[in-house]
Amino acid sequence: MKQKTIFIVTAMALLLVFVAGMLFYTGQKEEAARQLAETNRAALMRMHSPTEGKADAPVVIVEFLDPACGTCREFYPLVKQIMAGHPDQIRIVLRYAPFHPGSDQVVAMLEGARRQGKFWVALETLFASQPNWTEHHTANAEAAWQILGGIGLNMEQMNKDMNSAETARVITQDLADAKTLNVTMTPEYFVNGKPLPSFGFEQLQALVDQALADSQAR
Amino acid sequence: MDAMTNTTPTGWTLIFSAWLIAMVSTLGALFLGEVMGYTPCLLCWYQRIAMFPLVLVLAAGLFPFDPRVVRYALPLALAGLGLALFHLALTAGWIPENLKPCEQGVPCSNIPVIWFGFVTIPLLSVLSFSFITGLLLAAHLKGSK
Repeated sequence: MKQKTIFIVTAMALLLVFVAGMLFYTGQKEEAARQLAETNRAALMRMHSPTEGKADAPVVIVEFLDPACGTCREFYPLVKQIMAGHPDQIRIVLRYAPFHPGSDQVVAMLEGARRQGKFWVALETLFASQPNWTEHHTANAEAAWQILGGIGLNMEQMNKDMNSAETARVITQDLADAKTLNVTMTPEYFVNGKPLPSFGFEQLQALVDQALADSQAR
Repeated sequence: MDAMTNTTPTGWTLIFSAWLIAMVSTLGALFLGEVMGYTPCLLCWYQRIAMFPLVLVLAAGLFPFDPRVVRYALPLALAGLGLALFHLALTAGWIPENLKPCEQGVPCSNIPVIWFGFVTIPLLSVLSFSFITGLLLAAHLKGSK
């Protein structure tokens, strides 16, 4: 009997220490991420980034995204849904975080499409066909190029634009900003400068709802 | 005889101590992986495969106390110790690069954390498996006397 008590008390104590440590650690991490975003406001938004929504919308979602990332693909319609639910209230700013090998080439294509006013079409086409041009977490730029050939782009101009110094500068800047903000996974969201407390759609929705409530209170 | 008296048999205490180390190591590994977000490398996974079941196997041997649990736990502990020693040798650079078994994902020669200037995760793993092996052998010798 006594041995059982020792065992149960020890197991409980260890689990308690684990949970307490977890709460403490995640709390610290959350706070650190919040402060990092706060002190690096400039890194969060750049003038060069593609954006959609009313320019003076009270809620701004900054998303770090990789076109080759499966979760980014899953979240894309969900974010659209949130935006559609609050017209003129939310603006989204996309930042590139091409973490998958080969993905920087695909981002360059997006920038090329953007010069021709087809950024969102290109992005949606790439997301829809993502399994056809990604394999084992590697982006196949050749395949992505073929797919983008079907949306009515001037491919010759596209080739020029995607290899331009300006495109390279945008990608380098976005990757540098991702590093500054400690963005290591995609998608990563910041709502009015606040990072997600932990990753998940509910967390994103809660953060947006809170930002909307805050903007109405003002 | 221990079993005749009402006090805790020494063997039980030894197995319990081994379980305690396995439990702390398991929770520690889960904390590093799941909470702090370090991706375990391939060798770390093999060591986890040896360590995690020890928590359950040893606990099962405690209630009711069965000294033969050593027979079932020792192979896991020894396998884990071997892997941990190999991993430690790899991170310390005692084994040349070309013998590295894992290149994809997180390289095993990667050292994500160093505490107090010398304590690394593979070192903790070696210590845990060594203590568990030692305690199990001690329990075995106690039982055979």
